[in-house]
Amino acid sequence: MYNLVPPEPPSDDTRWKIVGATMRRHRHRPDALIETLHAVQEAFGHLEPEAMRYVAESLRVPLSRMYGVATFYHFFSLEPPGDHTCILCTGTACYIKGVPGIVEAVRSEYGLELGETAADGSLSFRSARCLGACGQAPIAVIDDEMVGGLTPESTIEEIRKVMSHVDH
Amino acid sequence: MSTIDEIEEVVERERERLAGFRHRLLVCTASGCPNGRVVREALAAAVAEAGRDDEVEVAGVGCMGLCAKGTLVRVLPADLLYGPVTSADAAEVVASVGGDPIERLVVDTEVPFFTRQLKVVLEGSGRVEPDRIESALAEGAYGSLIRALSEMTPFAVIDEVTRSGLRGRGGGGYPTGLKWSTVAKAEGDLKFVICNADEGDPGAFMDRSVLESDPHRVLEGMAIAAYAVGASRGFIYVRAEYPLAIERLQTAIKRARRLGLLGRDILTTPFDFDIEVRLGAGAFVCGEETALIASIEGRQGHPVPRPPYPAERGLWGRPTLINNVETLANVPAIVRDGGDRFAALGTAGSKGTKVFALAGRVANTGLVEVPMGTTLGEIIHEIGGGVPEGRTCKAVQTGGPSGGCIPADLFDTPVDYESLLELGSMMGSGGMIVMDETSDMVDVARFFMEFCMTESCGKCVPCRVGTAHLHDLLRRITDRQASPDELADLEELCEMVRDTSLCGLGQSAPNPVLSTLRHFHDEYVEHLAARPGPGEV
Repeated sequence: MYNLVPPEPPSDDTRWKIVGATMRRHRHRPDALIETLHAVQEAFGHLEPEAMRYVAESLRVPLSRMYGVATFYHFFSLEPPGDHTCILCTGTACYIKGVPGIVEAVRSEYGLELGETAADGSLSFRSARCLGACGQAPIAVIDDEMVGGLTPESTIEEIRKVMSHVDH
Repeated sequence: MSTIDEIEEVVERERERLAGFRHRLLVCTASGCPNGRVVREALAAAVAEAGRDDEVEVAGVGCMGLCAKGTLVRVLPADLLYGPVTSADAAEVVASVGGDPIERLVVDTEVPFFTRQLKVVLEGSGRVEPDRIESALAEGAYGSLIRALSEMTPFAVIDEVTRSGLRGRGGGGYPTGLKWSTVAKAEGDLKFVICNADEGDPGAFMDRSVLESDPHRVLEGMAIAAYAVGASRGFIYVRAEYPLAIERLQTAIKRARRLGLLGRDILTTPFDFDIEVRLGAGAFVCGEETALIASIEGRQGHPVPRPPYPAERGLWGRPTLINNVETLANVPAIVRDGGDRFAALGTAGSKGTKVFALAGRVANTGLVEVPMGTTLGEIIHEIGGGVPEGRTCKAVQTGGPSGGCIPADLFDTPVDYESLLELGSMMGSGGMIVMDETSDMVDVARFFMEFCMTESCGKCVPCRVGTAHLHDLLRRITDRQASPDELADLEELCEMVRDTSLCGLGQSAPNPVLSTLRHFHDEYVEHLAARPGPGEV
C-alpha cells in the first residue's frame, strides 16, 4: 500500500519547498513527474539520486519509471554542472555558420568535447538543439547570457570573460 | 468573471491611456533581439532623463521580423523603424522623437522585405505588448472568441474553419476543419485541446516568436477550438528551451483568467475552459502527437501506432485535439473575417499564409509571413535579400530534419504543401536555411542524420538502428572512405528506414539524404574514395 501522506524531504534545505509546492500544485499526481523534475533541476542544478527517490515516492511512481524519464529527456542532467557553462547552439543555422570551428576551438583551449565538464568542475560545455535565435547564428548561452555572431576566437574570449569574473 | 461590456471598458480605458501620449517607442523584447530588454530600459531611462514621461511612452512589444537589424525600435506615430539600436543610442533616439529622424538608424521599410509580406498570424506581433492583456485587447484580441460565444454555434465555428481550407502548420498539412469535426463528433464528456509548441526543428523559430510576441492570440485560438469541439481543458506543450515564451504564456494565462476569458463560465456563458502550460524536456520525438501525449502524462516520449488517433483516444484516453501554435494563431482571423476571405489567399490546395524563419547565408535573417504560393526565389532573393558577401546561393533547406535540400535552380517553385513534397522536401514547420557554395551537401545530410540518430527514441528497430547505420555510411562518405557500392547501400537503407519506421521521425529521417542524393548526386560521387593513384598500391 502507498502512504497517503507524502514523505518528508531528504533534508531541511529550503529549496525542497519549491519542489514540494510544484507537486502540491499537481496534487501529487504521477503525471506531474516531468514538471517536478524541472523544479528539482532548476533548484539544485541537476538530479541527485536522493532527489529522484524522494520525488518518485511522493508521486507514487516506480523508481524504474522515474529513472527512465530522467534519462530519456536530454534536458535533465544527472551530473552536477560546472561552475560556468557554455551551451552552444548546434542547430542548422548555427552549424552552417561555423559551429564545427567553435567546437574545435573549445577542444583545443579547454580539452572539452560537447557534453563534457572539466575535471576540476570549472566549466561545462554543452549543446542545445536550436535556441531559436537563428538570426544571430552562431549563438551560445554562456552563464545565462545569450551571445550571438560568434567566431571561434570570440567564443573563447567570452568564456574567459565569465571564468575570470570574480564576485565582489 | 467579466461580461462583454466589462471587456469593452478595459479596451476603452487602454485607448484613452494611449491617447494620453504624443509619441510611443515600441522596442522588440522577443528573443530575436537579445538586448531588447536592455535597450528598452535605456530608452525608458532616457525619456525620464529628458523629462518627457508624460508625452513619450516606451513599450516592450514582440518581434518586428527583421532580426538581422536587431534591436529594432518603432517610433509612433511617425512610423519610423530604427535598427540596430543599442543602449548607447537611447538618448539620441529620445531626443529625435518629434523632430528629424536619425538617418544612420533608419530602416527602409519600402523594400520587398516589408512590402511583399502579408501578415495574418503575425498581425499583432510588434504591435501588442505581450505582457499586458489590455494592450492585446485594444488590438482586437479575444474579439473572435466573443463573436464565437455570442453569435455562433460550435458547428458554425467548425464550418468556418473547414471553409477556410486551413491545414496543419506543424508540417503535416492535415485539414484543420476535418480534425476539429472528428474531435467534435467523438463521444465523451471530457475532451482536451493541446497546443503543440514543441518547436523541435533546428532552424525554426516561428512558434517561439508568436508565443513571445502575441501569446493571447494562441490562447484565443485554443479557446475557440475548445468551444468548437466541446473541450474543457487545454494544455500548451512548450519546449523548456524557450524560457521567455513560457514566462509570457504563464502571465497571459493568469491575466486572461482574471478577466474571465479563461476558467469557468467564460464571459458569463456556460462555456468552461482553462489552460495549463506543460514543459518539454528536450526530446525532438515529442513533437509527434502520440509521444507528446505520453510526455504530458509524465512518461517517456515514446510514440504509439495510430489508429486510434488522438482525436478519438488521446490524452488519458480522452478525445484530444492537437494543433500547432501557428495553426491556432490563424483561427482568430478566420472567425473574425470568415473562412472565405482566408480561402481567397494562397493556392488551390494550400490556403492562407505561412510564416517562415529565414536563417543561414541570407542577408535579411528574420521572420517573414507570405501568402502560400509565393516562390522560393521571391522569399530568398527578394524578401531575404539574397546571399551576402558576393557568394552564390546553392540551396535552401526546408522542413528541418524531416525535410530536404532544394537546389537554387528550382527556386521558381511555389511554396505549398504539394510542390515541396514533389521536390523531395516538405513544408515542415517553416524553417528555411539558406546555403551558399561553402556548404558541403553531404555534410549537411550527415548533420541531419546525426540529429535523427540522437533523437530517435529507440522504440522501433528501423529508426534506432537504421539511423545509426545511415550516419556511419555518411561519415564514411564525408571521410572519403566509401566505395560506390556503399552509395547504393545508402539509398537502399534510406528507403527501408522510411518505409518501416513506426512514427514520423524515422519515416522522414532519410529525407535530407534522399533529397541531396537526388539534387546533389555529383557531390556524393566526388566524396567517394579516390581510386589509388599510380605507385600508391
